[in-house]
Amino acid sequence: MRGTADFITEPGAEGGVTLVLTGPLLVSSLGRLDHRLRALDGPVSAIDLSRSERIDTVGAWTAWRLSQHFGAPIIGASPEAERLIGAISAADDNTASVEPPRLPLLLRVPEHVGIVITGLGQGIVLVLGFLGQVVLASGALLRHPSRFRVRALVHQMELMGVNALAIIGLMSFLVGIVIAQQGAVQLRQFGAEIYTVNLVGRLSLRELGTLMTAIMVAGRSGSAFAAQLGTMKLTEEIDAMRTIGVSPIEALVIPRLLATMIMMPLLGIYSAAIGIIGGAALSALTLGIPFFTFLARIQEVVPLHDVWVGLIKGPVFGLIVATSGCFQGLQVKSDAEEVGTRTTGAVVMAIFMVIVLDAFFAVFFSEVGWG
Amino acid sequence: MTAETTCAVPAPIGSEADLFPIRVRGLRNAFGTHVIHENLDLDVRKGEILGVVGGSGTGKSVLMRSIIGLQIPEAGEIEVLGSPITDARDDDDIDIRCRWGILFQGGALFSTLTVAENVEVPLREFYPEITDELRHEIARYKVLLSGLPAEATSKYPSELSGGMKKRAGLARALALDPELLFLDEPTAGLDPIGAAGFDQLIRSLQQTLGLTVFLITHDLDTLYEICDRVAVIADKRVIAVGTIPELLATDHPWIKSYFNGPRGRAALASSQRREDTAAMADANAGPGALGTAAEGA
Repeated sequence: MRGTADFITEPGAEGGVTLVLTGPLLVSSLGRLDHRLRALDGPVSAIDLSRSERIDTVGAWTAWRLSQHFGAPIIGASPEAERLIGAISAADDNTASVEPPRLPLLLRVPEHVGIVITGLGQGIVLVLGFLGQVVLASGALLRHPSRFRVRALVHQMELMGVNALAIIGLMSFLVGIVIAQQGAVQLRQFGAEIYTVNLVGRLSLRELGTLMTAIMVAGRSGSAFAAQLGTMKLTEEIDAMRTIGVSPIEALVIPRLLATMIMMPLLGIYSAAIGIIGGAALSALTLGIPFFTFLARIQEVVPLHDVWVGLIKGPVFGLIVATSGCFQGLQVKSDAEEVGTRTTGAVVMAIFMVIVLDAFFAVFFSEVGWG
Repeated sequence: MTAETTCAVPAPIGSEADLFPIRVRGLRNAFGTHVIHENLDLDVRKGEILGVVGGSGTGKSVLMRSIIGLQIPEAGEIEVLGSPITDARDDDDIDIRCRWGILFQGGALFSTLTVAENVEVPLREFYPEITDELRHEIARYKVLLSGLPAEATSKYPSELSGGMKKRAGLARALALDPELLFLDEPTAGLDPIGAAGFDQLIRSLQQTLGLTVFLITHDLDTLYEICDRVAVIADKRVIAVGTIPELLATDHPWIKSYFNGPRGRAALASSQRREDTAAMADANAGPGALGTAAEGA
């Protein structure tokens, strides 16, 4: 069994008190002893190591610190202990803080507020700069269409569009059921259950199909864009592309933007269709409206401009989601933690902007008479 | 049951496990059908610096990862400090992990912690009873022992240069006063002056702290300067272990081309030059040196 470190004090040769450290003086044994040693009062005339067994640098440090504290010499040290104490004594003038420098709380809060506000201002400038780069790169691609990366575009369309079909379908089906069920409960009070068809059809095509798809795509693909580009920035892949003469905006950002803008309206219509099927299924089961009657009725009650509203919003939301993902990814500079915060930022920024713009579109389309 | 982890008791002096802190027998590693190691044997002696060399892709890092339990081998036995590693699970090999320190190639520092906080992580993990005060003191002197300036103590890894990151990684590897130190290409990516300084640092720490060092390197200067023995990995196993003169005496083609290539000859020449100057300096300062030796005795 391993011994435990301890200490005793005994009267020394010249009337002083000798502090005798016993047992193994190791990092594993000194932890419990340390606070007792620190509580010790002087005066101590010598530190005796002759009764200690083994020693490591933590033991050497403890002996050295005690000897400095009491101004007492170390006696009875083995050659090994002497060697370690020699090495430690050369490394004892570090007074730097272990934690990073921090301001007191009263100063830190206003400082943080200031950083956030200037960050907002800089963020707007940076986003505008990024959009400018995208426009320039698009212009260059229009002039040299052969540089356009079709394979990357198709690959991204598969990743963010085709692979999302299952989850978006399931989500839309369930939301369609919920709208039909809740709508029917309210409309039943007026005996107007048949208007459930209008509610489900118009809401799905006009609002929910595109909006929910945008939120799902922001969570699935916007975050992926930010994390991918951020990691590529950290591993200097993007710098390497620049030096080879490949524009990262052309090669990475434009395919992602285009893929999202193409797939968003398609996913939106798909989502609306599945939502309507969900509503029709519930109506067939609980409201007594036959499934195909429900679908036929949709054609009569949903004006065509509702489909257009959904289709127009799709690419705009796609642009927002992909831009915030790519923009945040390319802002990564230092470390892994930043990839995380930038990814979060990308999703939050995308969903926030999508909802703000959706409100704007709602007002706009009703003003132009597409209510 | 306490959640507290205890450190393995050192093996009795003179026992097999004490003389050979690392023993590898019949190791086989494969990724799919690609066999990396086949029937690999290796013994590391206590208190030596063992250099491990081999061409790129011969599995030097995989060997190290197997020894420290990050890679589960397909077959074979690995014993580190008397404990078998091959069948180790996460919870019962914990006692061996407080007796080794590992420096990964890129430093592998925790990026959200300062250098000193990085050093404190293993101390917190294994010895929660150590007071904050003592733990901070330990972190501070370990930072200096690793050759970092005091200002680096509270810096984040992203604020350090490549060489300083390696030193910070070394400080963390030494946090628990280990007996065994694993170094994966410690001088890769350092400038020659920085690399030579790092070699000397490893040598002096090894002598002061009595470490056994397992060192993977491509750096011929490191091999000549600080390694006691060199193990050569080729043909999926360790084909030779010995001092460099012993290795030069073998006639394996890879060893020959490794040490007798232009870089090998240059490293040999520079190490001989240094020894000559050191010998001359000793001869010139003969009486003085003897005097200090006598005083020391």
